[in-house]
Amino acid sequence: MSVQTYTPREFHRQAHDALGNPQIRANFRKAMDGLMSKRRDVFSDWDLDALRELGANIRQRALARLPELLEQLEANCQANGIRVHWAQDGDEACRIIRELCEARDAKSVIKGKSMVSEEMHLNTHLEGAGIEALESDLGEYLVQLNEQTPSHIIMPAIHLNTDEISEIMHDKTGTERTRDVDYMTAAARAQLRERFMAADVGISGVNFAVAETGTLCLVENEGNGRMTTTVPPVHIAVTGIEKVVEHLRDVPPLYALLTRSATGQHVTTYFNMISGPRKPDEHDGPEEVHLVLVDNGRSSIYQDDELLDTLRCIRCGACMNHCPVYTRVGGHTYGTTYPGPIGKILMPHMMGLAETRDLPSASSLCGACGEVCPVKIPIPDLLVRLRKESVGEGRGNVPGAGVKRHRSEVLAWKGFQWLATHPGVWRSAMAIAGKLRGWMPTRLGGWTDYRSTPKPAKTSLHALVKRHRREEGSS
Amino acid sequence: MTPIKQYPPKPARVYFFGTCLIDLFYPEAGLDGIRLLEREGIDVRFPDDQTCCGQPAYTSGYHDEARAVAEAQLDLFREPWPIVVPSGSCGGMIRTHYPQLFSGTPREAQAKEVASRVFELTEFLVHVCHIKLIDKGRPEKVAMHTSCSARREMGLPDTGPALLSQLQSVELVEQERTAECCGFGGTFAVRHPEVSGAMVNDKVQAIESSGAEHFVTSDCGCLMNIAGCCRHREASLDGEHIASYLWRRTA
Ligand code: SF4
Repeated sequence: MSVQTYTPREFHRQAHDALGNPQIRANFRKAMDGLMSKRRDVFSDWDLDALRELGANIRQRALARLPELLEQLEANCQANGIRVHWAQDGDEACRIIRELCEARDAKSVIKGKSMVSEEMHLNTHLEGAGIEALESDLGEYLVQLNEQTPSHIIMPAIHLNTDEISEIMHDKTGTERTRDVDYMTAAARAQLRERFMAADVGISGVNFAVAETGTLCLVENEGNGRMTTTVPPVHIAVTGIEKVVEHLRDVPPLYALLTRSATGQHVTTYFNMISGPRKPDEHDGPEEVHLVLVDNGRSSIYQDDELLDTLRCIRCGACMNHCPVYTRVGGHTYGTTYPGPIGKILMPHMMGLAETRDLPSASSLCGACGEVCPVKIPIPDLLVRLRKESVGEGRGNVPGAGVKRHRSEVLAWKGFQWLATHPGVWRSAMAIAGKLRGWMPTRLGGWTDYRSTPKPAKTSLHALVKRHRREEGSS
Repeated sequence: MTPIKQYPPKPARVYFFGTCLIDLFYPEAGLDGIRLLEREGIDVRFPDDQTCCGQPAYTSGYHDEARAVAEAQLDLFREPWPIVVPSGSCGGMIRTHYPQLFSGTPREAQAKEVASRVFELTEFLVHVCHIKLIDKGRPEKVAMHTSCSARREMGLPDTGPALLSQLQSVELVEQERTAECCGFGGTFAVRHPEVSGAMVNDKVQAIESSGAEHFVTSDCGCLMNIAGCCRHREASLDGEHIASYLWRRTA
């Protein structure tokens, strides 16, 4: 398998390639069908709407007090012995983490799953400084072995099937070619175990950061998160500033929503609550714990009352699992750290609308994402808002606003407006279209590659209704 | 989710908003909708100056243009009668997006008031008319595609199937992934033809393998998309708007 790089600029080409790749199509369809049905089953005896309402409220409440809560989080973390660092963007976060590693003379870093670290390309940065960063989440490990990026935020290697995984492991680690999943898991586990013991620093993400107690919650299934945060002498947690919640009591409902929405699990195998480094009388745990809080465009989203909803996200991945577009093109096609619906509403803020120009339009607005989102983010409305920013006059606070504004398109919509606000002209236009129906072109852009040309009816509804009324009158 | 709606008793009079797609491509479906309502003893008023709800401009991000078009429709519904729309997509536009579009403008109250009177046709037939259908057609297997906007935006996954299940000789067959989008999405089908094409081909496949001889939809966007794909594939399957189907089998 060759190393491929993806970029949102090439969305169309990448979608074309993915759609033409039966393996990709089958892998995603099968995986997403499974995830959707698991989620449906696990929520079947819940009042899901009430729980989602609660989840949305908790997140909204936290965001409403975000600046304050972040200060509270910092103070309580410091009191617990966790050192807190602030990063304006990904580069700054990378630099902070590298310096923390260098201060310990670290050569080897073990990582738990963290999408924020993907967002800032931490591994590349560390490698540039001669520090080896090894992913320990099984999916992330495979993706790293294969020199790829994650194709899903919860299941990074979901684009690979058993045979492909066997091939990658055989190539890169010398295991037997097999379809025995247990064998492969055991092999990866053994490979990773050694590295845990040797690692100088462990880096993890955070699912919920509790302001009132200064606790970092980490949700995972493999135990690699616990190893990452307890075995190496230094633990660095890195997260976006929006992950903060007010109270410890806010965590159980969000956790219930997260695991069920993500993988259809009632609980995950591990739920870690990290509240500081090893105390003098304790036998294990890291000597140092750091929290790196990353902004990277989030505070600019925060300025806008409507876009703010984007920050409620708890990164469950349900929106992508249920997305008919994601299911067909897969995660890499988007060319962004976060793919699928959440990627489409988040990445324009991080990369700008010029770079991500084809993402907001790549949705039929079917609403499946918004329907399942555990914190009720109105994803379709936000997509429409970003479309508006793209074609607007560029005064919005989304970077790259106005980038898709073209004179011809503006004129076309002005023309539509004129026609639809002049009813007499509209009726004549409908009548003329009916007369010209035989003259319709047989090709209409991409429409006719998959469908026949629609033909205007001979008589418009306006005219039919008039005839109908006449007939009534005469009967 | 749309809040639970309190349905009014059957009124003497309603407005009918035909939608631009029906006006241009499927006028019979509009007329059949009117006929169904008239048979229930309702006086149906079709404001002659109606054009389009403005949704194409709205979802494309041209909100000033959409607002101007929407504004031209608002004044057509001055009497307090229900407004029946034979499309979940246009119905959803008026019901959910008009209030947003006019929020903070002098028209806000009017937009909200109009929005509160909007009903999708199948919703209105089931919940307001409590229609009883007597099937006169031959036995047939039919699949239903409820549009995503009827299903999710308007919260009406069941009203179309409820009407079909009243037809004694019709067997409503279940297709795989019923709730999945057909790939229309207005300008989406034009801007992302390949992805949209993959979606509609899967939809046709699912309907075909359900054993359906025919399919119905409650939205003409989906109809144009799915039926257009059937024709392109030279499939024998054909579809129509649910209003036409109901009228054809019961008139
Ligand atoms: S947007 Fe909603 S559904 Fe998507 S990942 Fe975030 S929380 Fe989950």
